[in-house]
Amino acid sequence: MGKRIGVEVSIAVADAVKLARAEVIPAYPITPQTHIVEHLAEIVANGELDAEYIPVESEHAAMSACCGAVAAGARVFTSSSSQGLSLMSEILYIPSTMRLPMVMVVANRAMSAPISIWNDHQDIMVQRDIGWIQTFAENGQEAVDLVLHAFRVAEDRKVSLPMIVNIDGFTLSHVIEPIELPTQEEVDDYIPPFKPKRKLDPRKPVTMGPVGIPEVYTEAKVAHDHVIKNSRKVILKAWKEFAEKFGREYHPVESYKAEGADTILVTMGSISETAMTAIDKMRDDGKNVGLVRIRLWRPFPAQEFRAATKHAKVLAVIDRCLPPGAVCGPVGAELRSVFYKIPGSPKIFSFVAGLGGRDVTVERFEEIIDKAEQYAKRRPKELYEVIGVREK
Amino acid sequence: MAINDAIIGWKTITFGCDVVEPGNSANFRTGDWRSQRPVLDKEKCIKCGMCWIFCPDMCYSQTDDGYFEADMEYCKGCGICAHQCPKDAITMVPEEG
Repeated sequence: MGKRIGVEVSIAVADAVKLARAEVIPAYPITPQTHIVEHLAEIVANGELDAEYIPVESEHAAMSACCGAVAAGARVFTSSSSQGLSLMSEILYIPSTMRLPMVMVVANRAMSAPISIWNDHQDIMVQRDIGWIQTFAENGQEAVDLVLHAFRVAEDRKVSLPMIVNIDGFTLSHVIEPIELPTQEEVDDYIPPFKPKRKLDPRKPVTMGPVGIPEVYTEAKVAHDHVIKNSRKVILKAWKEFAEKFGREYHPVESYKAEGADTILVTMGSISETAMTAIDKMRDDGKNVGLVRIRLWRPFPAQEFRAATKHAKVLAVIDRCLPPGAVCGPVGAELRSVFYKIPGSPKIFSFVAGLGGRDVTVERFEEIIDKAEQYAKRRPKELYEVIGVREK
Repeated sequence: MAINDAIIGWKTITFGCDVVEPGNSANFRTGDWRSQRPVLDKEKCIKCGMCWIFCPDMCYSQTDDGYFEADMEYCKGCGICAHQCPKDAITMVPEEG
């Protein structure tokens, strides 16, 4: 086992990519993801990693180069944020249905306008339906661990899908945390060499990415849907083995004092650490509250989520994304669907908080829980509420 | 029951929707959605080959007697041949049915 050291999370993520022996890294810098690809460029330039580092002209080109490199049989990594991720959008739908595995870290950031480099989840929610497996990290150690896990899962022949690890921009990407990096031997043992099911080879020609006429398209998409749903087994097995090897255990959803709690807060990403402090404070005040955090966002772990919240009366769901004109945020909508018409299911209230880098404090979490409990008694007028918004 | 026009099932479709048979585009008939087709008047034709040169689908080829004939498997009915013909020997006629 490696040593636990204080290191910036972006640097640790880049080191994890090095340990995973990425072979091709097409990358374009964008705040707050830049330190990851900057450090990888350094690692490759110093000869510490035998990889092709492609400084592309845009994110659109980055994702295109990623697809080509995986098709040629390479282990591929890239990283992006916000507007950059959106510029990739056209390409993002392609490797997933084409079954081209790769790993991308998204340092989550708000979408313009107004221009914001700060953290929320709007960039990734734009890409909710691209058909990639997606996880959300809570802290630096988890970011590193999820990157290693992602290579293992994505390249598994039963899965063969691209995977995104979401880390909150700045609040995770730019903080220095105590992180334990495993040794090269341990990582080599956990992530076997990439053996693609097929690759571009002139001796055995195939056409990848052909036209899907109306008589084929639906079947191609349904095949993809089944693969991502069934990837669950591989995701769980890879986490189980991770726990055995590295001693840190991960699940699709994480509960904190949620057992028997009447009201449960639902979060994703790094605000969950503040949420735990809020739960501790409210528990001390005698309130029966708990926290459930979603780690695996796609495929959505409906079964695990229902099990983690089955005794709750009220769920207060926090979205770090405001989709104008929608009935509520994407996480809120997802959970309402998960519980739709299930007898005895909790009342779900949707809140939007922490947009564009605004802090979600312990007091805000208390406010959210209090409001959710009030709304359970008296139905609110709106289907969601933006927390901490100033009127005048 | 509604007719299912799928030509492959989701369980049997190739990995990543790859085409694994090289060169099989030759098997694909691409001229089946044409709305009009070129008809040649051999009385007017001077065998100059302008239709053969201008056809964007390269579906014209010369026959043994020197005339040029369009391959209806590939002709899209664009009418460029008729437009370019210096003798107005090609007429576009609507496809029926």
